[in-house]
Amino acid sequence: MKLLMVGVMAAALAAPAMAQKKYDPGANDREIKVGNTNPYSGPASAYGQIGKAIAAYFKMVNDQGGVNGRKINFISYDDGYSPPKTVEMARKLVEQDEVLFLFQTLGTPSNTAIHKYMNAKKVPQLFVATGASKWNDPKHFHWTMGWQPNYHTEGMIYAKHILQTKPDAKIAVLYQNDDYGKDYLKGMEDGLGAKASSMIVAKASYEVTDPTIDSQIVQLQASGANVFFQATTPKFAAQAIRKVYDIGWKPVHYLNNVSISVGSVLTPAGLEKSVGIITAGYLKEHSDPRWANDANMNKWRAFMKKYMPEGNLDDSFNVYGYAVGQTLVAALKQCGDNLTRENVMRQAASLKKVQIDTLLPGITIDTSPTDYAPIEAVQLQRFDGKRWDLFGDVMAGQ
Amino acid sequence: MSRKTIALVIVLVVACVLPFVVSNYHTFQLTLVLVYAIALLGLNILTGYNGQISLGHGAFYALGAYCAAILMDKANAPYWATVPAAGGVCLVAGFLFGLPALRLEGLYLALATFALGVAMPQLLKYHALEKWTGGVQGIVINKPDAPFGIPLNADQWLYFFTLAIMLVMFFLAWNLLRGRIGRALVAIRDQHIAAEAMGIHNALYKSLAFGVSAMYTGVAGALGAIAVQFVAPDSFNIFLSIVFLVGIVIGGLASIPGALYGALFIQFVPNIADEISKAAPWAIFGVFMIVFVYLMPTGVAGAVRLITARRKP
Amino acid sequence: MDALLHQVLAGLATGGIYASLALALVMIYQATHLVNFAQGELAMFTTYIAWSLINAGMPYWAAFFLTVAIAFVLGVVIERVVIRPVERAPVLAVVVVFIALLLIFNSVTGWIYTYTIKQFPSPFPEQPILGRYLSSHEAGAIGVTLVVLALLYAFFRFTPLGLAMRAAAQNPESSRLVGIRVGWMLALGWGLAAAIGSVAGMMVAPIVYLDPNMMGGVLLYAFAAALVGGIDNPWGAVAGGFLVGVLENVLGAFVIGNELKLSVALVIIVGVLLVKPSGFFGRVQVTRV
Repeated sequence: MKLLMVGVMAAALAAPAMAQKKYDPGANDREIKVGNTNPYSGPASAYGQIGKAIAAYFKMVNDQGGVNGRKINFISYDDGYSPPKTVEMARKLVEQDEVLFLFQTLGTPSNTAIHKYMNAKKVPQLFVATGASKWNDPKHFHWTMGWQPNYHTEGMIYAKHILQTKPDAKIAVLYQNDDYGKDYLKGMEDGLGAKASSMIVAKASYEVTDPTIDSQIVQLQASGANVFFQATTPKFAAQAIRKVYDIGWKPVHYLNNVSISVGSVLTPAGLEKSVGIITAGYLKEHSDPRWANDANMNKWRAFMKKYMPEGNLDDSFNVYGYAVGQTLVAALKQCGDNLTRENVMRQAASLKKVQIDTLLPGITIDTSPTDYAPIEAVQLQRFDGKRWDLFGDVMAGQ
Repeated sequence: MSRKTIALVIVLVVACVLPFVVSNYHTFQLTLVLVYAIALLGLNILTGYNGQISLGHGAFYALGAYCAAILMDKANAPYWATVPAAGGVCLVAGFLFGLPALRLEGLYLALATFALGVAMPQLLKYHALEKWTGGVQGIVINKPDAPFGIPLNADQWLYFFTLAIMLVMFFLAWNLLRGRIGRALVAIRDQHIAAEAMGIHNALYKSLAFGVSAMYTGVAGALGAIAVQFVAPDSFNIFLSIVFLVGIVIGGLASIPGALYGALFIQFVPNIADEISKAAPWAIFGVFMIVFVYLMPTGVAGAVRLITARRKP
Repeated sequence: MDALLHQVLAGLATGGIYASLALALVMIYQATHLVNFAQGELAMFTTYIAWSLINAGMPYWAAFFLTVAIAFVLGVVIERVVIRPVERAPVLAVVVVFIALLLIFNSVTGWIYTYTIKQFPSPFPEQPILGRYLSSHEAGAIGVTLVVLALLYAFFRFTPLGLAMRAAAQNPESSRLVGIRVGWMLALGWGLAAAIGSVAGMMVAPIVYLDPNMMGGVLLYAFAAALVGGIDNPWGAVAGGFLVGVLENVLGAFVIGNELKLSVALVIIVGVLLVKPSGFFGRVQVTRV
C-alpha cells in the first residue's frame, strides 16, 4: 500500500506540471473571443479593409488548427469612425459579448473615447490601429498598447534626415487636418527643435472632404520651399505627387509611410513622377520587385489567393492586417493555457524579436513592460521609378 | 383617463423599470435614445412645425456638447449645470443664425444650414481655439456618479437624469406647441403670407423657432457628451445633421412622439444593418430608410395615428 | 502675381469640376423641382461602370458614350421604380429617399470595387496647355462642361420637349391638362440628369482619381454653386461653379488660410443669399398667395 502511495505521488510529481488552465471571460477550451471595431461605413470606410483582412487571417489560422488548439472568434463591429458609436460597440463587446480583449480598434479619436473605459474595466486594448504616440504609456494606461511605428516618431525621423542632409532647407508641409496629419506635423516640428519655426516656411492643411488639394500644393510651391513633406492618405498622396511634378516643382520630397504603395498610390500618380521620393517604411509591398520571389511574401500571396481572392494585392491594408494578425497570434501562443486578461497583457508586453512575414527585414516586434511600442524601427527608402531602394540603417526613432 | 394618457403612463412606467432589468450596456444605449429624442424634437419644432428646413442641426448638437465638455474640463463645473448652460448658449446661437436665415426659403435655407453643418468640424479644429476645444484630440470627461449615495450605478443614474430632463423638455414643447405659439408656427409653415396678414410677427416667431430648436438640440448635445464621456470635432460632421433629418422624417414630422420613434430608428437600425452585412452596412441602412418611407410616408407617428384613428368606432 | 494667377487658374480647374456636377443638379431641379442629393454618388457609380468597360478593353470614346447611355437608362429606371411610389409623399420624405440612394450607391460601389483609388484615363493628349498652370485635361474638362451647358440651355430654351419638361415640373396639373405625360417627363429628367452626371464623373475622375468617396466633397460645392448661381439657370450654375472654385482657392491661399475655408464658404453663401435670395442669375420666384 505504502509503495502504491509512493508510486502515485512520484507519478504525480513527475508528471508535467499540468498547465493550469486559467480563463477570463471570453476564453475557454475551444475558443478565444477577440473584439474589434472598424469603420465599415462612413467617410473612413476605406480603412474597413483592415478589419476584413484580419478576419480572413484568423480564418486561415483557425483552418490550420487555431492557437494552442483554440479557435479565434473574431467579433468586429462597425463604428463608422464615430467615437460615440465606438464607445457603444466597445461596451457591447466587453459587457454583452464578453470578449477576452479588444484588438486593433481603429482610429485615434475612436480609441481615445474608450481609453479610460478599457483601463477602468481592466480589459486589454491591444495593438490599436493608430499611430498616435499616446498609446505607449504603460505607467498610466497598463491595458492599452499600440502596434505600428507612431506618426510622431516618423515625422522626427524625417526631420533628423533633413538636418543631416540639408541643414539650410526651407520646408513646406502638407497635412491632413486631423489627429493623423497633425501628429506628423508635430513630429517634424519636434524633430527640428529650435529650428522648426525658421525651417518650416509653409504649412497647408486639407480636409478629407476636400475634392482636390491642388490649391494647397500651389500655395506651398509659392513659398519658395525646397523640401516638401506630405502627411496624406493615399488618395491625396497620389494627387499631391502628381501635382508637384506637373507644376514643375522639384523639392526634396518626403512621403509618410501610410501612402507608399507602389500599386495603389505611385502608379496612379505616375511612376516617373514619383522618382526620388523618400519615406520611412516598415511593411513589404506586393508590387515591389524586390519581394517578387520572397518566400515570406509568397506566404502572404498564398493567403490572399485562398482567403481573400477578391482582395486587392496592391492594397497595403491587406499586408498590414496580415502582419498585425500574425503579431496577435504570436502573443496568444505565448499565453499557452493561461488566458486571463492580465496574462494576455503580460505576454503582449514580452514579445522579443518576433519575426513577421510582411515586415521589412531587420524590423521585428519587441515589447517590454516599459516599452509598449511593438514596432519602433523603420527603414528609410527612396523610390527609383520602379521600387523602393533601402538606404541607411534601420532607424529606431527616439 | 383617456386612452392616450393610459398609454403615456404605461410607457413611462416601462421607461423607469428598464434600467433595472437590462444590462448597463443597454441602459447606455437607451440613454442615447433619449438624447437623440430631445435633439430630434428640437429639429422637429423648426422643420416639422415651422417648415424651416435645417440640414445643419448637428452643428448645434456639437455646440452643446462642447459647452458641456469645456465647462466640465476647464471650469470644473458640475455636470448638471452644463446642461442649462449649453441650452442657453445654443438658444442665443440659434436665434442669431435664424436672423439672416429669415430671408432664405426652402432650398436656400437648406443650403445655408448645410454649409453650417459642414463648416462646424473645421471650426472646432481651428488652432486658435485649441486651448479650449482640445483641437483634433478632443476632450475626455468623466461620467458622474449618483449623488447623495443613491444606490444606482453611473449608467442608471445618467439614464434617469436624462429621462427627467427629457420629460421636462417634452412637456415644455407640448405646452408650447398646442397653444398660440404652436399654432402661429404652423400657420407660418403652411401659409406664411396669410399668417403675416393675420398679425403674426413672422420674423420674430421664425427666429424664436430657430433659437428654441437650437436650444433643444444643444441640451441633447450636452447630455450626449456626458453619456459618451468624449467629444471630438469629427464626430459632429455633416452626416450627423443628415441623420437627424432622416430621424424626424421617419419618426414623423410635426409630431412629439415622432421624435422618440425617430430616435429609436437612428440609434438601433444602423446596428441592425451592421449585423446583416459587414460589407455594405450603409446600403442596408439606406434600404431600411426607403422601406420605412414607402410603408409610412408620414412617419411612424403618422402610421400610429392612422391605426389608432381607425380603431375608433 | 504669379502665385495669384496660378491660384486663379487652379480655381477655374476645380470650379470646372463643381460646375459640371452643378449642371446635373440644375437638370434635375428643372425637371422635378427637387435637389437630388444622390446625384454625386450616381455620377460616381456610372464612372465606375465606364472604368469597368475600359478595363475590359473597350476604347475610350465607345465606353464614354455607352456609359452615358447606361446612365440615362439607370436614371429613368430609378425614377420609375424608386421615386414614383413616393411622388405624393411630403417633400422631406422624398429627400430621405434621395439620402438613402446616396448611402446605397456609395456603400455598394465600395463593396464591389473596394476603396483603392483607380486611375481613369483622359481623352485629352497630355500636353500642358498654359504651361504648368493648367493641365490639358483640366482645360479639356472645362471645355466639355461648357459644351454640355450649351446643349442644356438650348434643350430647355428651344425645344418643345424642354418646354414640356419645365412645364411638368412647374405645374403638373395644368401640364396634364394640355396633354403632357408628366410621369415620363420626370423620368426623362432623371435620365438626362444621370447622363450629365456621368459626363461630370468621367471628366472629374482623371483629376481626383476614382474612388467611392470621389463626389462627396464635390457635392457640397456643386450645391453651393448651383444655388448661388441660380438653381434654374444653367449659365448661373456654371458661373457659380467657377466663382466658388476661384474664391475658395484665392481666399484659402491669401486671405484666411486653409483652416477656415469651410467657415468662410458658409459666410459667403449666407451673404450672397441675403443680398440675392434666388442666387446671382436665378429668376426670383413669385408665389401666389
